[in-house]
Amino acid sequence: MTTAQEHFHAVHTTAGRPNPARQVWALVRRNLTHIKRQPEMLTDVTIQPVMFVLLFAFVFGGSIAIPGVDYKEWLLPGIMAQTMTFSAFIVAIGLNTDLGKGIVDRFRSLPIGRSSVVVARSVSSIIHSMIGIVVMSVTGLFVGWGIHEGVLRGLAGYGLLVLFGFAMIWVGILFGSALRSVEAVQGVMFTTVFPITFLSNAFARTDVMPDWLRFLAEWNPISALVQALRELWGNDGIPLREGAALPLQHPVLTTVIWAVGLSAVLAPLAVRAFVARTND
Amino acid sequence: MSGAPAIEAVDLVKRFGDFTAVDGVSFSVPEGTVFSMLGPNGAGKTTTVRMMTTLSRPTSGTGRVAGLDVVRDADAVRQRMGLTAQSATVDELLTGRENLRLVGDLYGLDRPTVRRVADELLERFSLDEAGDKVVKEYSGGMRRRLDLAASLVATPPVLFLDEPTTGLDPRSRVELWGVLRDLVRDGTTLFLTTQYLDEADQLADRIVVVDHGRVIADGTPLELKDRSGRASLVVAVSRGDEVRAAEEIVRSEVGELHVDPDARRITAPAEGVAALTRIAARLDEAGIELDDIGLQRPSLDDVFLHLTGHRAEETADAPAAVPAEAEEAVR
Repeated sequence: MTTAQEHFHAVHTTAGRPNPARQVWALVRRNLTHIKRQPEMLTDVTIQPVMFVLLFAFVFGGSIAIPGVDYKEWLLPGIMAQTMTFSAFIVAIGLNTDLGKGIVDRFRSLPIGRSSVVVARSVSSIIHSMIGIVVMSVTGLFVGWGIHEGVLRGLAGYGLLVLFGFAMIWVGILFGSALRSVEAVQGVMFTTVFPITFLSNAFARTDVMPDWLRFLAEWNPISALVQALRELWGNDGIPLREGAALPLQHPVLTTVIWAVGLSAVLAPLAVRAFVARTND
Repeated sequence: MSGAPAIEAVDLVKRFGDFTAVDGVSFSVPEGTVFSMLGPNGAGKTTTVRMMTTLSRPTSGTGRVAGLDVVRDADAVRQRMGLTAQSATVDELLTGRENLRLVGDLYGLDRPTVRRVADELLERFSLDEAGDKVVKEYSGGMRRRLDLAASLVATPPVLFLDEPTTGLDPRSRVELWGVLRDLVRDGTTLFLTTQYLDEADQLADRIVVVDHGRVIADGTPLELKDRSGRASLVVAVSRGDEVRAAEEIVRSEVGELHVDPDARRITAPAEGVAALTRIAARLDEAGIELDDIGLQRPSLDDVFLHLTGHRAEETADAPAAVPAEAEEAVR
C-alpha cells in the first residue's frame, strides 16, 4: 500500500504553483475559444449594432436630424456607447451559462483564485465588446463617420469607452449571479438596460424632448459618454443644447466619475451576489 | 501521516433554510480504499460530496481530506483531491484535449507537463481519437470518462465521484468501473456516491447507506446484503395455464412462495443454487416452458425496505436516463 507521504509527494511533483495571471489567461482563452467555435455569439456586437446604424441613419434619421447636419456622424458615437453598455449583457449571459452548467464547480474544486473566473469573464467580455467597437468603427467609416480631432483625442475616446465597459461588467456580474437562468437574464436585462440606452442622447436630441424626459436623458450616464465621444472625435455637428444639464457640459469628467462611481457601488454588490450564488 | 484516514467526516450537517439536507453524517475512509455512499435521490449524497470538496460550507461538523480541514484549509484540500461531479463539468465547446489542458493550466503545471498529461489521459481513457473533437459531439460515456480524466490531471491522492455512472449505458458503466479499479490499484482513495447497490457492491470496500440526510447503515457490501434479507428465486412461466403446475413443483422444493398469476411469476426465498438447479430440472421434465428463472439479489429497494421500513422513493428530479436495472431497483 502506498503511503500518504508518497501521494503528497506525487502531488507536489505534478501540481505546479498556482499562478493567478496564468489562471485568468487560461480562462480568457477558454472564453475566446467559445467565440471561435460559436461565431454567432458575436452577432450582438456586429450585426445588431450595424443594423441599428442602418435603421437609424436611413429610417429615423430624416425625422431626427437637423437639415444640413450629418446625422450618421452624430449617431455613431451613440451606437458605440450602446454597444459598450451591452457588455453587461455579455458578462451576465456568459457567467450565468457557466453557473448553470456546473463548470464553475469544476473550477472551484481546483486550487485557483476565487476571483479568477470572474476576472477572466470580465476581460473576455471587454475583448468581445472591443471587437464590436472595431466593427462599428469600420462600418462608421463606410457611412461617412470619422475622427476629426487627431489621434490622441481619438484614442481618448476609445479609452473612455473601455473604462465605461469595465463599469458595466459589474452590472453584468450582478445580474448574471443573481438571476437563475439565461432566459431570466435576457428578460430582465432587455427590459431594463435596453430602454436605458434609448433614454439618452444616443439617438435623439434632448432639446426636443419633454422636460421630464430631457432631465432623465441628460443625467443618464450613457449620455455623458456619448457627448464625450462626440466632443473628443468632433462628431458634434448637432450642437449641445443651450443650458444642457451639468453632466453634459463636462462630459469627459462626468463619464470618468460615473464609471468609477458605478464600479464603487456595484462591485461589492456584484461580488456578494457571485459568492452567494456559488456558495449555496 | 500514514494510518490517518484519507477522508473523514465528523457529524456533518448542512441546512438550507428549514430543510436539513445532511443531518449529522460521520464516516472515515482509510487510505487506498473505496468508500461508497449509497442512497436514493435527495438523500444528501451530493450535498455531502460538495461539503467534502470545499464547494459548500458545512452548517456544522467537520470534514477532513488528507488530514486537512475542508473549511480552514480549503485551498490545500483542493490541491489534494479531484472531483467528478454529478453534472458534467467539462466544457462542451472545447475539445477533450483543450479541456484537460485548461485544467492543467489552472493547476499551474508547467507547459510541457500539461501537454504530456493531457495526451496520456486521453490515451488511458480511450479518448485519443476523439481528443481533438469538440465535447458536444461526445457520447454520455465519453463525457464521463473525460470528466474523470479532468479530475486526474494533477494525480490527486483522493478522488470524489458523485454518481459517476448515472445515466450511462451498461457497457459504459462496466468500462468506467474498470478504470476506477485501476485507480485504486494505483493507490488512490475513492469516495463514490451511487444509487445502485450493484455498483457499490462491485467497487466498495465499505458502504454507508443514507436516507433523508442520515446514515442508516454501514458495513461491507456483504454485511449489508446479509442484513437486508436473502436473495429470492424468481420463476417466470411462459404460459398462463402452466402457472399452477409450476407452482406445485416449486412448492415441493421451498417452504413459502408467492404467486402472481397475472405476471405469471412465482417468487420464493432462495434456497441456494442447488435448489435452483433442481427446480429448473423438474420444470423442464414437466415440459413447462419458462421465460426466465434465476436468483434475484436484494435490490436497493429491498435494502431500504429492510433498513427503514419504507421504500426508497424517487424524488421528482430523477435523472431521465436511468439504466434499466436501476429502474427495477427503485420500482
